[in-house]
Amino acid sequence: MRTFLAHVELANPITTAAGCAASGRELAQFFDLHRLGALTTSSITMAPRAGRPTPRMAETPSGMLNAVGLQGPGIDAFLERELPWLAQRGIRTIVSIGGGTMAEYSALARRLADAPGVTALEVNLSCPNIEDRGRVFAREGSAAAEVIASVRSIMRYDVPVVAKLAPDVADIVSVARACVDAGADALSMINNPLGMAIDTEALRPSLAAVTGGLSGPAILPLAVRCVWQVHAALPGVPLIGVGGVTTGRDAFQLILAGACAVGVGTALFHDPYACLRIERELEDLLRARGFQRLADAVGLAHRPPGSAPRHLLVDSEESSP
Amino acid sequence: MQVTGTVLTTRRVDAYHALTVVAPGIAERYRPGHFVSVAVGGAHTSMVTRRAFSIHDVKPDYGGTVELVFTVRGPGTAWLAERRARDTIDLVGPLGRPFPLPRDPVHCVLVGSEYGSAVLFPVADQLIERGCRVDFVLGGASADRVFGAMRARRMAQTTTLTTEDGSLGLRGRVTDALPAVIADTRADVVYACAPMETLRAVTAVAMEFDIPVQVAVEEAMACGIGVCMTCVLPVIGDDGVTRMVRACAEGPVFRGERVRFEDVGTIPFDALGAPGGGARHAG
Repeated sequence: MRTFLAHVELANPITTAAGCAASGRELAQFFDLHRLGALTTSSITMAPRAGRPTPRMAETPSGMLNAVGLQGPGIDAFLERELPWLAQRGIRTIVSIGGGTMAEYSALARRLADAPGVTALEVNLSCPNIEDRGRVFAREGSAAAEVIASVRSIMRYDVPVVAKLAPDVADIVSVARACVDAGADALSMINNPLGMAIDTEALRPSLAAVTGGLSGPAILPLAVRCVWQVHAALPGVPLIGVGGVTTGRDAFQLILAGACAVGVGTALFHDPYACLRIERELEDLLRARGFQRLADAVGLAHRPPGSAPRHLLVDSEESSP
Repeated sequence: MQVTGTVLTTRRVDAYHALTVVAPGIAERYRPGHFVSVAVGGAHTSMVTRRAFSIHDVKPDYGGTVELVFTVRGPGTAWLAERRARDTIDLVGPLGRPFPLPRDPVHCVLVGSEYGSAVLFPVADQLIERGCRVDFVLGGASADRVFGAMRARRMAQTTTLTTEDGSLGLRGRVTDALPAVIADTRADVVYACAPMETLRAVTAVAMEFDIPVQVAVEEAMACGIGVCMTCVLPVIGDDGVTRMVRACAEGPVFRGERVRFEDVGTIPFDALGAPGGGARHAG
């Protein structure tokens, strides 16, 4: 079940999705975090952020809306308390960063460049760009590329930079390509698409922020489609598939579409042990289908129609010495 | 910890449902004020968030049972209300920070409104065990929505009941009766669990008498374990700085005077990390 995120080896492909594992300590009460492929932190910002007013959450069919607004302690407290806690324990950590300006992303990268314990840096591009009338970076290939190029130039060469993409774009492939051309070592997709719910008792929007990010099983097909399209266009780029994964079979879909790692988010709210269960289920599925290595399944669904599956159980038995 | 609990009994208590579940690990670790989160809707449900419930009672039967009291508010609680004996449900708990209890035998007033009263009974048990005097003030919109009046009468020195329609006890709200109870019993501390608006009023009364008040808040939560960041409210810390803290992880029990009830549902301008520069002053 080993997998590679660019050149970084992960013991298994299951990671937590950004913003769904808080600082790590909360989940550590339930299981040993070393059993994760990696833990992805909440998106860290320069200054502490109080986030959005409540209600921040509304349950929707097979999903939920959230508008937390990147509540967090800011980079200083993160480097002082949260990252060392993870680093001392040797937990593989993908640090997610979020900013309102190009300069903020660069400043965050500078602060993290020499911090021990950063396995990879994920750049949350679904933040409103203050300098562009609040349009999110991920909607604009050029804005996303500019951020990635700057962060890539600051981070050490051995720390992969991962661009987190949003599905709310006309052409996700062009944004993905712009990020890769700008130096992204890997891509993570998808961030929450925007949604909205209305409270029919109060006769107003359910969320204080009016709109929020939709997550949960409802968005799995959207994630599979995005991973599929990007893998088809950029087959050599490592992808972290994220979006609505609640079972090993969901994770397997994303892997077959082209992901080499899978992020688990909303499922953690329902089941704190979701990552371990999904990993186990995925392993069973792979074994039942005769895969020796996870890498053999990555993007396998792209093979032309009519061609034989490459790794049927019989094959592997015959070829094994 | 996560436990697959077997439903032992279900019963209706006036307007509410009570569910007793065999959950040994949770019962063992439980302290008054803890809550549990429950997965609703069964294995293939479309409901992805857990529902949080405070624990009304813990018994040692069958290795340990917990009793939850709730009202049907939507499809999740409706599903839970349909559970029958021998059904299993998925519980995570005990969660949150419990009520701090006094070391000395002081006078305590316990204030509960609607099914929020349920959480106060284990508190009362512990207080009485420590030699404290316990007095209850329980209320609700109508007689069938005042939870636990009988049990309160059995255990407390006095029990004052209020209903908004006057169908039971005094007409009005718990906070209308509270000042007299605090004065008569010479109370040293108030414990309360109720909707946010009532907790605000209870806290105001306690502050007027200059006695501490411990409140258990009922906030909407998705996870209950501190990862989703949706159940936040503005609370003043020991350092005087207001932070948006999680009701599930830092609460659900807070010192009432530290909760900025007027600002619940907003980000106060001076909160740590508030838009427009609250962060700068906090450094």
